Amino acid sequence: MYNKLTKKIAVAAISTAALLAGAAQAVAGDWKPQKPVELVIMAGQGGGADRIARLFQSIIQKENLSNMPILPVNKGGGSGAEALRYLKDKEGDAHVIMATLNSYYTTPLRTDIGVDIEEFTPLARMAMDTFVLWVNADSDIQTLDDYVAAVKAAGGSWKMGGTGTGQEDSLVTAMLEKEFGIQHTYVPFKGGGTVAKNLVGNHINATVNNPAEQMGFWQAGKVRPIVAFTPERLAVFPDVPTARELGHDIVYWMQRSFVAPKDMPADAVAYYTDMLEQLGATPEWQEYASGKALVADMLTGDALQNYFLNERSKHAEILASIE
Amino acid sequence: MEVLSLLADGFATSLSPFNLFIVIIGVTAGLFIGAMPGLGSVNGVAIVLPLTFIVPPSSAIILLAAIYYGAMYGGAVSSILLGIPGASTAVATTFDGRPMAQKGQAGLALIAAAVASFVGGTISVVLFTLFAAPLADIALSFGPAEEFALVLLAFTTFVGLGGDDSLKTIIMICLGLALSTVGLDLISGQPRLIFGDMPGFYSGISFLVLAIGTYGLGEILYTIETSKTAPKVTNARITFAELGAGLKRMNSLWKTMSLGSFLGFFVGMLPAAGATPAALMSYGIAKQTSKTSDTFGKGNIEGVAAPETANNAASTGSLLPMLTLGIPGSPTTALLLGGMVMWGLVPGPMLFIEQPDFVWGLISSLYTANFAAVAVNIALIPVFVWALRMPFTVLCALVVVLCIVGGFAPSQKMHDVWLIFAFGVGGYLLRKADYPLAPLVLALVLGPLMEKSFRQTLIAEQGNILAFVERPLSATFIGLAILFFVMPFVVAFITGAKERLHVPSKRPKIN
Repeated sequence: MYNKLTKKIAVAAISTAALLAGAAQAVAGDWKPQKPVELVIMAGQGGGADRIARLFQSIIQKENLSNMPILPVNKGGGSGAEALRYLKDKEGDAHVIMATLNSYYTTPLRTDIGVDIEEFTPLARMAMDTFVLWVNADSDIQTLDDYVAAVKAAGGSWKMGGTGTGQEDSLVTAMLEKEFGIQHTYVPFKGGGTVAKNLVGNHINATVNNPAEQMGFWQAGKVRPIVAFTPERLAVFPDVPTARELGHDIVYWMQRSFVAPKDMPADAVAYYTDMLEQLGATPEWQEYASGKALVADMLTGDALQNYFLNERSKHAEILASIE
Repeated sequence: MEVLSLLADGFATSLSPFNLFIVIIGVTAGLFIGAMPGLGSVNGVAIVLPLTFIVPPSSAIILLAAIYYGAMYGGAVSSILLGIPGASTAVATTFDGRPMAQKGQAGLALIAAAVASFVGGTISVVLFTLFAAPLADIALSFGPAEEFALVLLAFTTFVGLGGDDSLKTIIMICLGLALSTVGLDLISGQPRLIFGDMPGFYSGISFLVLAIGTYGLGEILYTIETSKTAPKVTNARITFAELGAGLKRMNSLWKTMSLGSFLGFFVGMLPAAGATPAALMSYGIAKQTSKTSDTFGKGNIEGVAAPETANNAASTGSLLPMLTLGIPGSPTTALLLGGMVMWGLVPGPMLFIEQPDFVWGLISSLYTANFAAVAVNIALIPVFVWALRMPFTVLCALVVVLCIVGGFAPSQKMHDVWLIFAFGVGGYLLRKADYPLAPLVLALVLGPLMEKSFRQTLIAEQGNILAFVERPLSATFIGLAILFFVMPFVVAFITGAKERLHVPSKRPKIN
């Protein structure tokens, strides 16, 4: 029902847009989607991952980058396990793509769901989201040293808020604990937005939220960034040091990529890769990425597959060190 | 007053002919989307979102808000007529709306729903206009402990007296809580109660699936059995005189409706809650405070008005954290938030300062959307009621089809359709054994919220259970909860004692 309706309206919208534009745009190779393309999202509706996937979809439609509509479908069950299983069953399908986050590797590592991500077809990595340590603006903490001292003084009762256990925020927290020999009380919440609210309401003491999730409160002067977990300082926070420059090698990224099922036909892979490269070059995307402190670092093909496999082994180590 | 002049500027935007046209289109579309089981405001907004690029952002948000509002009104329609919640927010409306329709009062129930929605919508928009900024601070002061206390309060309003057997109510709450633990545990990240390894259970059991199964399918099975050979066709006609009488009847419900509006707005404002819990809580409190609480669940008009005021008030309330804090209060507002990001707006504390035209245009459009929705809705009531006049043999098949579609559409998993059949049979059996179904649905809606906030508090406070009563807000809620829980027993005891004095032979009826 929902799908059909969406399809009809989307088809109508796209054909109108195409008429208005007056010309179909050039596409690499001869292959084109024959029917609407399903965009599987590894998270539920409304979260950070969902928001960015829908942003991509809306830019693709607005800029007419695909001749067929892109239909987002949320399969967020089991930290993305549902989506991964779904993609595995779509072997050889040329009309399904999936937007990923780090649970792309952590979920199959943590629970045996019979999925090997090496089998999937990598399309493009659009961006890497960054992590920053935040405290409430009313707090006395100004530097990383202050922070470590405060956590030590709290004797394990320091409340670190984040997303579900085993997900990205808890991994960054674990890295902090290992590096400084400190203990947090990790309080899991459903999403970054809720975490942000609880920090401002003083229900938790700190968080390692993505800047995108914290930006509104930062602009209103309610929260303070302490340190960034990136190799270089972020352009939006020029005064915030990185952990690395302070002598603590903690760097962590959240990748935002697109992948396709196993054995997707080569022309189709070329088509989608080209579409995503065009997407990466649009001013809308560039503007969003720089405003939200995302690093828009494009990667495709074998290089992306190597990146995924490398990240998977890194995460296996991190997970092993926590559990 | 500064607020009023800003609002006047907003009206200048929202009352332009083009925007008025958009409001009416949006409200009508929303009404039908909401009335379709399985399609709710989330779907309506999601479908239209990509189309909003062709109009300016202020018109786009007005269109989306109108759909959002219209869907809130529409959800009640199929809850009342067919016994299937048209949207998740209208689950509580089935409790009394469906029995009213079976008694031949479908028209009155629909009027009650429309008027109640209007009252809830209007009161909440006024609250929004006047107190947006200070209320945002209240939302911030709600941590996990306060959330838990509020949910506890909601439960106790259901356990108390009012026709149903207290023990049976408690059993059903426990069953609902057990169902709510199915799926991936947020705290540990481990799957629970997935019945071996069925991937369908990973995302938990949706309360909508339960409600459609027990109320939609279970109801049909029950009707087939009770009316065996000649199913009674509902007396479904409505005249203008009845419409007028219905509006008059609503006049006497001001207490229920104003309570529902404030409660709904407040609960909707909390990022974790939303319109569905708000409607259920409002239903529970209306039942507790009503003089005719024993007829709740059997077609009491208050039981329709209470959840309908609350869900509309909550839909306005959940816009508040979205606009002021950048945190969506419900899945639909999450989509609206996504839309705003796409149009280049940054929701959050700075939005009111940097984009006043947009914010006040939106707020004023809520007023116009509300008026448009109630007018369109009342005008369409005869059409809706007419649909009930089809023969039961046709209606029955239609309801079953709608149940399946409604269960499949949100998640698009066959797994949920099988669950609906299982819950349908289960709900039918429970109903035969005279178990109340409303507490079951309530527990599945609130269970995950309750468990999560309880554990978050305990984790954050190093296992100190007194944390719940050490904080003023949560202590107040817990106090009220205890009061609600104990009061029925005290009342029963006192009336029992009185009865023993006057009529010694008659055994006092507890609860």
